[in-house]
Amino acid sequence: MENFTNSVRLDKDLCKGCIHCIKRCPTQAIRVRNGKAHIIPEFCIDCGECIRVCPHHAKKTHYDPLDILDKYEYKVALPAPSFYAQFNNLEDINIVLRALKHMGFDDVFEVSAAAELVSQLSREYIEKHKDKAPFISSACPSVVRLIRVRFPNLIEHILPINAPVEIAAEEAAKKAVKDTGLPREKIGIIFLSPCPAKVSAAKHPIVNEKSEIDAVVAIKHVYKEILPYMVEAQNESDDLLQAGKIGISWGASGGEAGGLLTDSYLAADGIENVIKVLEELEDQKISNLDFIELNACSGGCVGGVLQVENPYVAKSKLKHLRKYMPVAKNHIEETNGVNKAYWDKDLEYQPVFNLGRDFADGLAKMEQVEQLCEKLPGLDCGSCGAPTCKALAEDIVRGIANEKDCIYLLREYIHKLSSDLKKI
Amino acid sequence: MSTSVTFKYTVDGEDFTRAGEASSNVKGKLKQMGVSPDVVRKVAIAMYEGEINMVVHAKGGDITVEVTPEEIIMTLKDVGPGIPDVEKAMQAGYSTANENIRSLGFGAGMGLPNMKKYSDELTIDTKLGVGTTVVMKVKIN
Repeated sequence: MENFTNSVRLDKDLCKGCIHCIKRCPTQAIRVRNGKAHIIPEFCIDCGECIRVCPHHAKKTHYDPLDILDKYEYKVALPAPSFYAQFNNLEDINIVLRALKHMGFDDVFEVSAAAELVSQLSREYIEKHKDKAPFISSACPSVVRLIRVRFPNLIEHILPINAPVEIAAEEAAKKAVKDTGLPREKIGIIFLSPCPAKVSAAKHPIVNEKSEIDAVVAIKHVYKEILPYMVEAQNESDDLLQAGKIGISWGASGGEAGGLLTDSYLAADGIENVIKVLEELEDQKISNLDFIELNACSGGCVGGVLQVENPYVAKSKLKHLRKYMPVAKNHIEETNGVNKAYWDKDLEYQPVFNLGRDFADGLAKMEQVEQLCEKLPGLDCGSCGAPTCKALAEDIVRGIANEKDCIYLLREYIHKLSSDLKKI
Repeated sequence: MSTSVTFKYTVDGEDFTRAGEASSNVKGKLKQMGVSPDVVRKVAIAMYEGEINMVVHAKGGDITVEVTPEEIIMTLKDVGPGIPDVEKAMQAGYSTANENIRSLGFGAGMGLPNMKKYSDELTIDTKLGVGTTVVMKVKIN
């Protein structure tokens, strides 16, 4: 069974059954049925748009509570680079890293350190496989999930390199076992995540057999907890920094591409923009580029729904923080010396949006969809619980909705019924 | 009787930003029908080139796409100036597009050659001053 577990969940008590989320979802993965929103897990790519737009805060991300730290004897924090951009007046990333240790972590392994290795791996991979360019970044799990269900022709263009956090987790676990002598299960490798997509990527990986990440906590939770510890961390002097400019820059859109040291790239952010770029790539309208960086969130990872700061303010803070940093602090002599550099398995196309079992069935069902679309009012009002009339037509053909879910068709039906009754 | 579905589109010849709308729409539908990704790609590229040609040379026109169990038939009909020399137009790199169009990144002279390359059958019926009808067929298996 293919893995379609997502991390965006609904709080039924808060859901009012309005149409904000169904309208905004880029993969049309939500329907309102019986007054509550339902997420279709196969369609959901965990982009978090519904979380952003829900006026009742009924959409939530599934992640681990902070007290999960108590489960482990030795805890290692894996902060995403975008985490550092959440704080006001921060001049030194060391303060955050030290404060994480005061907060209850035994060690810190910066994801940005692994990001520098991924930058190097990517440069070498692209150089070696120029014939397959342009390469699409695989760092944003929402983008990978989107391509998996909607852009089969682009799968071969995705860089099959693991996301920085995966490599960081692998290295951090190895180091922790070595430093402490503890068995692996007593060690907790804990990722501070900016978004639901990265929670899913850690808990339900689709290109790896398993992840070394043991738990995922939300940046917004850690933010609140860490603030008091930052005051004392300010007066300490130990240097915990593991990464330079290249690694830190991954926290915002354009950062990953910048680390490739080439001009031949584009960087798009925001899910609708990402989809437009993918459509054009698929039609070969975009050519002569080596690299395509895509981030589902506006601004890149700083725009994740589990962040605290405004993405554009955060982006500017990140720029300030990296100003006096060295270009990079991580380099590998032998790239095959990196554990877990590449995906365990190939990404496979999952045609979840197919209407039929096979082409013949799909053709027949498309004919029915077209006929239904003629009949439906074409207002895309959302009252039926589907985002558009076309989506309702598809649901009807799939057997999960019926024509009377449309209030206009229902009205016609009632008019007809009452005039028939009058004739009796 | 075997099933077939027909989609109809009007191409606005004045609006470059909308060129590609029809091919993009067809692409989505073919994928939903379960047409193999290779075939979808051929149709999308061939049709996009045709659509661009209709905007660049002919002030728009009408496209009909018929999907049968065996093939996808795209008919692109315009009432443009017609193609004076079809043989020449089929040559890679031959272009009559003006500077304006070229400055937008179009007019590389690959339109018809790409349409031929990505379709299994291409017929062009053109009459000077009357218009052009291009029929492209892509086999499903």
